[in-house]
Amino acid sequence: MDVHEYQAKELLASFGVPVPKGAVAFSPDQAVYAATELGGWNWAVKAQIHAGARGKAGGIKLCKTYHEVRDAAANLLGKRLVTIQTGPEGKPVQRVYIEVAEPFERELYLGYVLDRKTERIRVIASQRGGMEIEEIAKSEPEAILQVLVEPAVGLQAFQARELAFQLGLSIKQAQSAVSTIMNGYRAFRDCDATMLEINPLVVSKDDRVLALDAKMSFDDNALFRRHNVADMYDPSQQDPREAQAAEHNLNYIGLDGEIGCIVNGAGLAMATMDMIKHAGGTPANFLDVGGGASPERIATALKLVLSDAKVKAVLVNIFAGINRCDWVAKGVVQACETIDVKVPLVVRLAGTNVEEGRKILAESGLKLITADTLAEAAEKAVAACQGKLAA
Amino acid sequence: MSILIDETTPVLVQGMTGDKGTFHAKEMIAYGTNVVGGVTPGKGGGTHLDRPLFNTMKEAVEATGATTSITFVAPAFCADAIMEASDAGIRLICSITDGIPAQDMMRVKRYMRRYPKTRRSMMVGPNCAGIISPGKAMLGIMPGHIYLQGKVGVISRSGTLGYEAASQMKAEGIGISTSVGIGGDPINGSSFLDHLALFEEDPETEAVLMIGEIGGPQEAEASAWIKDNMSKPVIGFVAGLTAPKGRRMGHAGAIISAAGDSAAEKAEVMRACGLTVAPNPSEFGSTVAGVLASRPEGRASV
Repeated sequence: MDVHEYQAKELLASFGVPVPKGAVAFSPDQAVYAATELGGWNWAVKAQIHAGARGKAGGIKLCKTYHEVRDAAANLLGKRLVTIQTGPEGKPVQRVYIEVAEPFERELYLGYVLDRKTERIRVIASQRGGMEIEEIAKSEPEAILQVLVEPAVGLQAFQARELAFQLGLSIKQAQSAVSTIMNGYRAFRDCDATMLEINPLVVSKDDRVLALDAKMSFDDNALFRRHNVADMYDPSQQDPREAQAAEHNLNYIGLDGEIGCIVNGAGLAMATMDMIKHAGGTPANFLDVGGGASPERIATALKLVLSDAKVKAVLVNIFAGINRCDWVAKGVVQACETIDVKVPLVVRLAGTNVEEGRKILAESGLKLITADTLAEAAEKAVAACQGKLAA
Repeated sequence: MSILIDETTPVLVQGMTGDKGTFHAKEMIAYGTNVVGGVTPGKGGGTHLDRPLFNTMKEAVEATGATTSITFVAPAFCADAIMEASDAGIRLICSITDGIPAQDMMRVKRYMRRYPKTRRSMMVGPNCAGIISPGKAMLGIMPGHIYLQGKVGVISRSGTLGYEAASQMKAEGIGISTSVGIGGDPINGSSFLDHLALFEEDPETEAVLMIGEIGGPQEAEASAWIKDNMSKPVIGFVAGLTAPKGRRMGHAGAIISAAGDSAAEKAEVMRACGLTVAPNPSEFGSTVAGVLASRPEGRASV
């Protein structure tokens, strides 16, 4: 799960990471009010979306007067912001963050990630702040500083000092940096984050080290025990089909193609998408219905897939293990009786009780296209999508 | 021999009295697995499915001599259950559970390393279908009837894609020595490499099928190891050729977030290391058949 910059800063601040003074606003009036309450002489008005590269896209405006704050907020709010990270549709800006803008001396980089290779939390720092870390990793790998956290004891102060001194900071700045690095780790650990990026981490004129930007992502599997994080969920930042799927507890990812997919199991679902492409078609979505393919669940999945206007055919691929093909077949039939399926529907069943399942589909009187193998299912779905095959 | 489990392996079911635990324990027992007891805190002293129940893994191991366990425990409590099993001396822990927080698994792996190698547990999963040695024993949730007993080892991140492969192979008359599900999570108990090493040593296994997917370094690591250490042929496949970058495709670990994470890159590494890569997911059976037939000894009896 992702959160907005202002939410990440709120969490970080609660763990003792210094952040500039700021407040969120949902309207131009609120933005002005925030600026007056915060005080100061200059403010950054920042579009809050779940994507980066906002600055280059005009999503961050530096303002010197309340009028400028109002105008900046009014120009951002209620519109979609397109950055190189959002894709061409952009993301809706419903909130802006008003932050007191103060001059700073240096821009650094500080990041935390759960590294799969070492199975450790990795802390990454660099003197090259304010730039794309992947670019620096390629062009100047020696500029990337790293330490690995030992899970049995956590991040140790000596590791934070190692990073702080390698960042070329004065002793006073290093003290602030060590505290920030340690507190950032605690936030990462105690919120079950998967990624935390502070870019830039700035050094102020009075030797404080603070987070000027913050991006944070969290482990979905841990949300059950992190209610404060779970409460920060913003469905407006998701593809609406995906937000809807999440409501029904369906694992759905919207793509751009024409063949809707309903499959049990993530690996088989990915393989089904791959097979469709191999057969010359384009998958419209990823959808894993998981273990319980009940009639209601299949109906919900069908409705969701069909709500995508681009879908010209649907492929249902269920490998019944503990589920049985006859139950799944009944589920498909019942689902089709409650929904008006206007596009060709290809159903491939395999596994337990497959013969009974096929019989139920054949005798259902529904206009279904059936297939026995994965290859056949993909070929038929592509043909049906192109209007070359009818039920 | 097959690897990890056979009909004699004494198994404890953690969470046996729950709905899932009961259902799958019944299936395992029916398949022939030697389930010797169950652990549900608070239900010790009772019986379930004609097996004794215990409050703790320590008591259960002492009473039954079990060496292996399977967990049907909710995500919030599963890391604890795995560590408890490890501490009780269980040598193979299989965790089916989907939804264990990644940092919990990080700590579980670290915990298990506190024991010397001679008494360290192997963990399989989490978020996996389990392990099956066809004709001998099943430690998981797979449909036993789709597997033919034979000489090809299978290691897969995905459960249902593993079933697809097994059933394609059965249609070709190709059987499986052991199929291991390593699960879909970013931090897992054991990797492809861990099981490849076991298959290399297993006299009953003559070839291995490795089914990977996008995300993580384990396919590349395994391929590098295969190049230098594996004498038996390996067939590989990576699901997710059409997966978009940066999106989590179902499995917590199936996400393209770094260089080398994509299906195309992994397949390339596999080929470079001498694996035969199945061209698409409907050709598991045919690709394995082709590799077996092209061995110097011919097709033999797999």
